[in-house]
Amino acid sequence: MLILNCPYCGRDVDETDLHAGGEAHLKRFGPGSSDDEFEHYLFMRENPKGVHFERWRHVYGCGKWFLAARNTATLQVYGTYSAQSTEPPQHILDAIKEAQA
Amino acid sequence: MDTSAKRSLLKRYSAFAVAREAFRQHTGWTRAWGQAEPKSQYDVIVVGAGGHGLATAYYLGKNFGITNVAVLEKGWLGGGNTGRNTTIIRSNYLQDPSAAIYEKSRSLYETMSQDLNYNVMFSPRGVMMLAQTQHEIRGYQRTAHANSLQGVTTEWIGPDRVKELCPIMNIDGPRYPVLGALWQARGGTARHDAVAWGYARACADMGMDIIQQCEVTGVQTNGGKVTGVSTTRGDIKCNKLAMVVAGHASVLAQKAGFQLPIESVALQALVSEPIKPCMDVVVMANTVHGYLSQSDKGEMVIGGGTDGYNNYTQRGSFHHIEETVRALVETFPILGRLKMLRQWGGIVDVTGDRSPILSATPVEGVFVNCGWGTGGFKAIPGSGWAMAELVAKGHSPLTEEFTMHRFRHGKFIDESVAAGVAH
Repeated sequence: MLILNCPYCGRDVDETDLHAGGEAHLKRFGPGSSDDEFEHYLFMRENPKGVHFERWRHVYGCGKWFLAARNTATLQVYGTYSAQSTEPPQHILDAIKEAQA
Repeated sequence: MDTSAKRSLLKRYSAFAVAREAFRQHTGWTRAWGQAEPKSQYDVIVVGAGGHGLATAYYLGKNFGITNVAVLEKGWLGGGNTGRNTTIIRSNYLQDPSAAIYEKSRSLYETMSQDLNYNVMFSPRGVMMLAQTQHEIRGYQRTAHANSLQGVTTEWIGPDRVKELCPIMNIDGPRYPVLGALWQARGGTARHDAVAWGYARACADMGMDIIQQCEVTGVQTNGGKVTGVSTTRGDIKCNKLAMVVAGHASVLAQKAGFQLPIESVALQALVSEPIKPCMDVVVMANTVHGYLSQSDKGEMVIGGGTDGYNNYTQRGSFHHIEETVRALVETFPILGRLKMLRQWGGIVDVTGDRSPILSATPVEGVFVNCGWGTGGFKAIPGSGWAMAELVAKGHSPLTEEFTMHRFRHGKFIDESVAAGVAH
């Protein structure tokens, strides 16, 4: 069972209480953007075998979206952080670096 | 040529060969395919010795006479999703391009054992997709009409006929009574390993090299055109490269310098202890989300849904197994008393419209065949047939609509809301 810490509730939550929301930190493109940008935003995904930054929603809890850094090859979770982040915060990057050292 | 023809005649499997070997303690059987060392150069390299990759190589040789081909496999032959699925074969899709390639595939399964001289145990026992809500009735009736326009033989059947075809089913379920089904009488199952083995043997007979435990670590290009691959067993040159690696499609595409609209997730299946024959059709129940068939060994083969998150570990979430079994027990009360024997997972490559990608790529000479998601086994021969044509000629009527650029143009082949696909 995948367990993530909801940064809003501060609680460790089973995956059955969560909804996965796909890749995080996508840059939005709207009207006036090129086809290439719009295609990348809507459809193209990193889908890495390794560290993945992703969106989750604590759907059977506080209902809020948050972000997580997780390894898709080992299922190791490096940490969770606020959905209001435009890029992974330093403490998450440090945790990844430490785990991979 | 003469000697190789003679050799292949002697190697043919037949009643005569079984009798001949019976008289000499079965000492005359030869390897179905050899352990090849990589050569320095090939006309075509196919990456991935699963069903789709081997079928691509086979039809390159059979339909286009291209036999200077290597099939590279990082693990062992047929050890990925080809050996991890529930072996269901059907072609009752809604959209025209889907119906074309899946029906081509289903029809190739009909004669595959004869074509490959290898018993793939194709069993056209019939596939039914249950309607358990009013919405599904409308959806499947629409699919049945679409299928008759496409020349795919399916029909809408009522609950009485469902019960007649599958007596162990409880059609008056308290939550989800069975209201009818979309029935494809020539759908069914086949032996999944045998499909990979049969193609591998036929490829080896044509002189192709099947190289296992050889992982592609890089793609070499010159001026935007592919020139070869780097592998764990050295560099190999090629004129064309076909990437047929399912769950790892994004990883390999990245090595060639482009991105795909794909996400890899885990899909699980399980089998029960073997019991006496009690069910001679395949049943898919999409509302409660489970599929069920009985193998020739007597095991009940059960498939369910995918996990929601990206995953490369070939194992899925335990609660999905519980959900799948719980759902099926209501419709098949007989299952409630069975012990489950084995459970396994595979990594499936899912696209936004739940349709595959068979396409040229931004790198000249590189072709990609991926995105079959949760339903690739049924498509193996059709996918190989179409992919071989795409690689050999640069275009194929079967793959035209499945280009990787369809997302940019909004030309989806939308099977995700068409109820043609359980996912």
